Amino acid sequence: MTEFTNLLIPIFIGIIILYGLFRRVKVFDEFIEGAKENLVVGIGILPSLIAMITAIGMFKASGGMDIIAQLLKPLTDFLGFPGECLPLAVMRPVSGSGALAVYESILENVHPDSFAGRVASVILGSTETTFYTLAVYYGATNVKNTRHSLVSSLTADFTGFVFSALTVRLILR
Amino acid sequence: MMNIIFAAMIIFSVVCGIFNGKSAEVSDAAINSCVEAVELFLYLIGGMCMWGGLMKVAEKSHLTDKLSAAFRPFARLIFKNLDLNGKAFHAICLNVTANILGLGNAATPLGIEAMKALESEEKANGTATRNMIVFSVLNTASITLLPTTAASLRSKHGSAAPMEIFPCVVITSVAALAAGLISAIALDGISKIGHKNEKRSKEET
Repeated sequence: MTEFTNLLIPIFIGIIILYGLFRRVKVFDEFIEGAKENLVVGIGILPSLIAMITAIGMFKASGGMDIIAQLLKPLTDFLGFPGECLPLAVMRPVSGSGALAVYESILENVHPDSFAGRVASVILGSTETTFYTLAVYYGATNVKNTRHSLVSSLTADFTGFVFSALTVRLILR
Repeated sequence: MMNIIFAAMIIFSVVCGIFNGKSAEVSDAAINSCVEAVELFLYLIGGMCMWGGLMKVAEKSHLTDKLSAAFRPFARLIFKNLDLNGKAFHAICLNVTANILGLGNAATPLGIEAMKALESEEKANGTATRNMIVFSVLNTASITLLPTTAASLRSKHGSAAPMEIFPCVVITSVAALAAGLISAIALDGISKIGHKNEKRSKEET
């Protein structure tokens, strides 16, 4: 399995470039163009990254995260969910940059190949920032009543947290 | 939303820091976190540009059009009465492709475009339509096949096999998305039945 997943990215990149050449796309020029666009997007998220990492850094240093994790521990133990990943589950639906910052701090404390490290990675890889996405998407329209968008999205998030622990336990030993 | 969370976190940390006797640590964190943020940004921006570049190549070679053709049957399953040749559907396909490749930041502008197109095609008039809700769930529960961000941070922290999480991510994504979509479609059905009953009881009285 690992062998296969290690091949995934190189093959994927190879196919894109090869198909581009086949279709006579100026692969280098277009690559630069796309990279430039994302550079602008990236610089756009830096201020919020700084704001959130500062808030999270203060929060972590104050011992506040431990208090919340302690409160939720009975529920997560029942679901077989690692306590270290709890702050990530709390942050994930709220903020993408915040979740990244929490993920980074989890990997500083536990090894990425440990159970908690893997579960955190699966959470980061498989879920999205619900509140941000809904705010941005509906914010661009004139919709005032989003009906059950939030409830359904949070249902998906919660299912994702339960499954992240479940799949890591069953597949990666 | 973010205003409340940001303020709450900072105030909570200041109070907690005083009570736990950790004011020195909180002070350190406040001063040094911004440097950490820039380091993290430098780590991410490379990947973002690289994938953005590849996405552009795929778009110009019409590889993304092929992907949207592959997405058609699935779209028929979850969207109701959606024009499969319309502008909304094309944007939805590109958005889903970017999501599948783990390119959240490339997906967002396309998703916004799709949402606006859906709004005008379906004459939403201030209230989210069924397809808009389904599409919003599709994005909040993004279907990720390549967890590129997680993988690059895993390798930075010394993982022996950064991409080993791949099967777990796929299964988890699919399960979460399925739960979200079932909930979105079921709740839409329930609200419609509710509406009918309301109308009926009004007619009876």
